[in-house]
Amino acid sequence: MIAGYAVPDFVSDFWHFYVAGITIVSVLGIIWFLKAQSTQRKLAPGEKAEMLEHAWDGDLQEFNNPLPRWWLFGFWFLILFSVVYLVLFPGLGKFAGMLGWTSAGAYTAEKSQIDGEFNKVMEPFLTMDITAVAADPTAKEMGQRLYLTYCSQCHGSNAQGDGKNFPNLTDGQWLFGGDPATIKASISGGRLGEMPANMLGDEASAKEVANYVLSLGGKPHDAALAAAGQAKFAACAGCHGENGKGMVAAGFPDLTDDAWLYGGSEAAITETVMKGRKGGMPAFQDMLGDAKIQLLTAYVWGLGGGQQAAAPQQ
Amino acid sequence: MEATYNYKVVRQFAIMTVVWGIVGMLVGVLIAAQLIWPDITLQLPWLSYGRLRPLHTNAVIFAFGGCGLFATSLYIVQRTCQARLLSDGLAAFIFWGWQLVILSAAVSFIFGVTTGKEYAELEWPIDLLITVIWVSYAVLFFGTIMKRKTQHIYVANWFFGAYILTIAVLHLVNSAELPWILGGSTSLVGMFKSYPVYAGVQDAMVQWWYGHNAVGFFLTTAFLGMMYYFVPKQAGRPIFSYRLSVVHFWALNFIYMWAGPHHLLNTALPDWAQSLGMVFSLMLIAPSWGGMMNGIMTLSGAWHKLRTDPILKFLITSLSFYGMSTFEGPMMSVKTVNALSHYTEWNIAHVHSGSLGWVAMITIGSLYYLIPRLFGREEMYSTRLINVHFWWSTIGVVLYIAAMWVAGVAQGLMWRATNADGTLTYSFAQSVNAMYPFYTIRLVGGTMFFLGMLIMAFNVWKTIAAGKAVNDAAIPQAVHA
Repeated sequence: MIAGYAVPDFVSDFWHFYVAGITIVSVLGIIWFLKAQSTQRKLAPGEKAEMLEHAWDGDLQEFNNPLPRWWLFGFWFLILFSVVYLVLFPGLGKFAGMLGWTSAGAYTAEKSQIDGEFNKVMEPFLTMDITAVAADPTAKEMGQRLYLTYCSQCHGSNAQGDGKNFPNLTDGQWLFGGDPATIKASISGGRLGEMPANMLGDEASAKEVANYVLSLGGKPHDAALAAAGQAKFAACAGCHGENGKGMVAAGFPDLTDDAWLYGGSEAAITETVMKGRKGGMPAFQDMLGDAKIQLLTAYVWGLGGGQQAAAPQQ
Repeated sequence: MEATYNYKVVRQFAIMTVVWGIVGMLVGVLIAAQLIWPDITLQLPWLSYGRLRPLHTNAVIFAFGGCGLFATSLYIVQRTCQARLLSDGLAAFIFWGWQLVILSAAVSFIFGVTTGKEYAELEWPIDLLITVIWVSYAVLFFGTIMKRKTQHIYVANWFFGAYILTIAVLHLVNSAELPWILGGSTSLVGMFKSYPVYAGVQDAMVQWWYGHNAVGFFLTTAFLGMMYYFVPKQAGRPIFSYRLSVVHFWALNFIYMWAGPHHLLNTALPDWAQSLGMVFSLMLIAPSWGGMMNGIMTLSGAWHKLRTDPILKFLITSLSFYGMSTFEGPMMSVKTVNALSHYTEWNIAHVHSGSLGWVAMITIGSLYYLIPRLFGREEMYSTRLINVHFWWSTIGVVLYIAAMWVAGVAQGLMWRATNADGTLTYSFAQSVNAMYPFYTIRLVGGTMFFLGMLIMAFNVWKTIAAGKAVNDAAIPQAVHA
């Protein structure tokens, strides 16, 4: 029984006896039936089987050959196998079987054996500095395989995201920070990046603010709309700051750089303002454990965008 | 005393078996092509894989297989009972009703209306229609048995009877569902949407109890009924063993009912249920092979006919595929084997060795026997074309299942391969990429099987053109037993 797995199969003993009883009676029934039906003697060499009298549709008739011996023995063997299996393995209601085997137990045993084996390979890297792990070719190889198994589904096999919903990990632009400790925290604890919808009410205002945001980064924009949006940007400044530079420590994106997770066009920004965004990265700590996360952190850090451990810039 | 058999309904169903076979297999070829060229249907939602796949399975099982079973069971029950069907009106209702079910199924799948339960995807209005038709079928079939002139019930009818009763139970239990309109939905989609009354692992268990026994009774027991008539008829030999037919009939029906959990091995289903599913699946080899033996051994003393008679080739080859897939199935029910085979193309190989090799080939063989007789002729327009059809089908099936076996085992091995550090050797996309050559061979095999059906259609067309439809055939008055 694994931790937290304690749902009983049966709500009462009645169902245990019900399942076990019906199974036992059924197997005994099959045995009785087969025995009762296999009383015909084997045909002597050259002897022909009896032909039954009845005929249907003109010429349909039946011989009454005895059950083929090899078939009969095969059937007995399968029944015997089944009986032995049900004695050794769980099957008769809540009777656990003499081997005490459970699928959950088999899983746990296999996993701990495999973990023991593989952790030996991975654990030496746990005590090393991330930058040193990133420089180790073996660690990099393992990191890449881990990345392809667990991360590539969203961030892509080249780690450049999908250009729409999942961040590029290679460009040095980080929503939550690109130093080793922060990357590790992102992987192990997951991240939520959420922007509320409808902060401004109407689409016209959203468009004005979008132009103001574009102006903050010095990108092409409609000056009149941007001017109108400036005052309304107050609603955004709470998170993104007066200057729109965000706050990396809290995952509030910088609006003045070129990294746009959901698109940097006027239309895309307007849509973001209107509808809000909800981004999430799952937490991997329980699933992967320290050693794998260490390797993954080093791999992601080493993809080209990694930053030195330093206080994140405001 | 009644003088005639009702051949009209048999003829209608027989013709539609060929038509739906072609339609269902064409859709199969299309989705096989989609796996190689995903954009072949221009990204039209109505023709997307997710909608066509249930259309394919339902069309081949319930339209092709179903019509084949209606045709043969209604033919056999009359001829072996020496009695006309209980009611011509009921027979006509079943034919037209079943065609309506098939058409509604096709339309609803294309529009994405589905319960999402495999082989039971049809929504509640169609489920209700099926129920009415199935009860009528039971009344018609058993009513005809009741008025039989023969003393004993012929073995083929036992199998058809078991199939009719069991499918009724399976359909009623698994399709127990709550239509959304009871919950107040007013949208068009909501009109047809329903939710199962079961939840969680119970729903899964009920679903696979149904799913497995749909295979067991719709695709096995019923087709054994077909086998027990057409093999001895075509071979001109008595059934090998009455005793064997009794033993394997009862053992098959009883043991099949338990085997459903093998579809849910290594899931949240409790261990005890998984074990029962596994051991009963293993025991199932014996009664399954009993049926194969009884069919093949019926040929003893007439083996030479296999050389010249392509209908017999179809029937006996189908029994060989039956024996092969009923050995393979129990092996795949062993937990450790299943850990490799489950969710891979191996399953696709297995079901197609059963559905193309066994179900389709015995149906095709039976139809080649049946169709000329329904049009007042002794045999089909061209025996040579039957032979050509036989070889196209056989090579097609072999290519299909061999490709999918290799693909499935490769897939299973790639998914479980790990590096020294425990990471997966292959990403999922790599295992998909490795499938292309096998998908291509499968497409070739499936297309061959489909082209065989076109050859059949031509042969049937020429047979019909040269014959005259028989609505009522004389009942021989001599009562044998």
